[in-house]
Amino acid sequence: MDVMSIVIAAAVIGAVGILAAVLLGIASEKFKVEVDPKEEAVREVLPGNNCGGCGYPGCDGLAAAIAKGEAKPDACPVGGPEVAEKIAQIVGGEVSATKKVAYVKCAGNCEKAKDAYQYVGPQDCRIASNSPGAGPKACSYGCMGYGSCVKACQFGAISIIDGIAVVDKDKCKSCGMCVAACPRNIIEMVPYDAGAKVQCNSKDFGKDVKAACSVGCIGCGICAKNCPEGAITVEGFLAKVDYSKCTGCGTCKEKCPVKVIE
Amino acid sequence: MNVILFAISAALVSNVVLSQFMGICPFLGVSKKVSTAAGMGAAVIFVMTIASAVTSTIYYLVLVPFELEYLNTIVFILVIAALVQFVEMLLKKMVPSLYQALGVYLPLITTNCAVLGIALVNVQKELSVLMSTLNGLFSALGFAIAIIILAGIREKIEHNDIPESFKGAPIVLITAGLMAMAFMGLSGMI
Repeated sequence: MDVMSIVIAAAVIGAVGILAAVLLGIASEKFKVEVDPKEEAVREVLPGNNCGGCGYPGCDGLAAAIAKGEAKPDACPVGGPEVAEKIAQIVGGEVSATKKVAYVKCAGNCEKAKDAYQYVGPQDCRIASNSPGAGPKACSYGCMGYGSCVKACQFGAISIIDGIAVVDKDKCKSCGMCVAACPRNIIEMVPYDAGAKVQCNSKDFGKDVKAACSVGCIGCGICAKNCPEGAITVEGFLAKVDYSKCTGCGTCKEKCPVKVIE
Repeated sequence: MNVILFAISAALVSNVVLSQFMGICPFLGVSKKVSTAAGMGAAVIFVMTIASAVTSTIYYLVLVPFELEYLNTIVFILVIAALVQFVEMLLKKMVPSLYQALGVYLPLITTNCAVLGIALVNVQKELSVLMSTLNGLFSALGFAIAIIILAGIREKIEHNDIPESFKGAPIVLITAGLMAMAFMGLSGMI
């Protein structure tokens, strides 16, 4: 066993390593790209899921946009008010963030809503909505329950219960992916502590709603007349709550003849 | 003519994932969407070509004269890791648009076994520096073809009615296996 061969081997490998290290060291100085320190600090605070819920390509993209002032400190829907506050401290700015959660505006489960026919195609809302009558459900506005939103949710917050999608509002990180996935646009972002939510999306005339579902909003307007804050409006036979005015008194829930407000 | 034959052999017949089974991790992990698969494929093409050229140069200029061929694996790991870092910095400064496009995939393949594997295959087959570079380029092309095809299939089967026990990874592995069998048919070409 020649000792010299070991020494040579160690020296050569060491030299290659040192050469690479020196090269990288020089390169890191020479090719330095000025990164806004604010951007790095903001990136540290962001959750790092890279879910794209903010509309930017990943958390890095949002951090750059916030540092440049293109996006607001509360632009990250996943981080919520806590992250928004930390970011606001870094970039200087005010926050007015309330945590929002996804909400499925449909209560027509297997029992309460009728099906127009039996559907046996692929179990996917987007495909089902292309079948005759925009899907098997008698109501063309309601949740079909094939779970496109369940697949879109990265946080496991949505489940199909009795044939309709239900969001667990504590698990929801408000990234908004389900809102985009739903072909019927039933899912809406509502404040976490919203006092009253209309659990229907049907813009049909009252009689047609009744024919398809026993818990649909018929647009009678009783809730709008009785709301002490004037927070409810009826547009196209569908009641709509203005969450900024709603105090959660519960009058509408009592007066609603079909009990569609929760 | 020889080069064409060589290209078909490297890219299709002895496809790096489907017949040599290297780089399975990114092949299964980053093949959910065609767009991300294409990004990964582009990054692999970029890195594997450069890595093949540099590792084979170092092999013939440093390791052979010192009779240290047996250390090639260690040296190649070192060189490839440093090289990818270096290229990343260079791109960030010189071609920000390409850096943005390859983005997260570049550091991901620093330690990709396909990149190291092809570098080792190059010296095993005693290919010249030029041929090693071409082998790297065409093998990476084969990787890109395979991962993009798999991503396309996965986007389709997403909507299919898959039995509960096959959902997720199992159906992807079965798909990859069927693809490997299909690629075996190409061995009749040469």
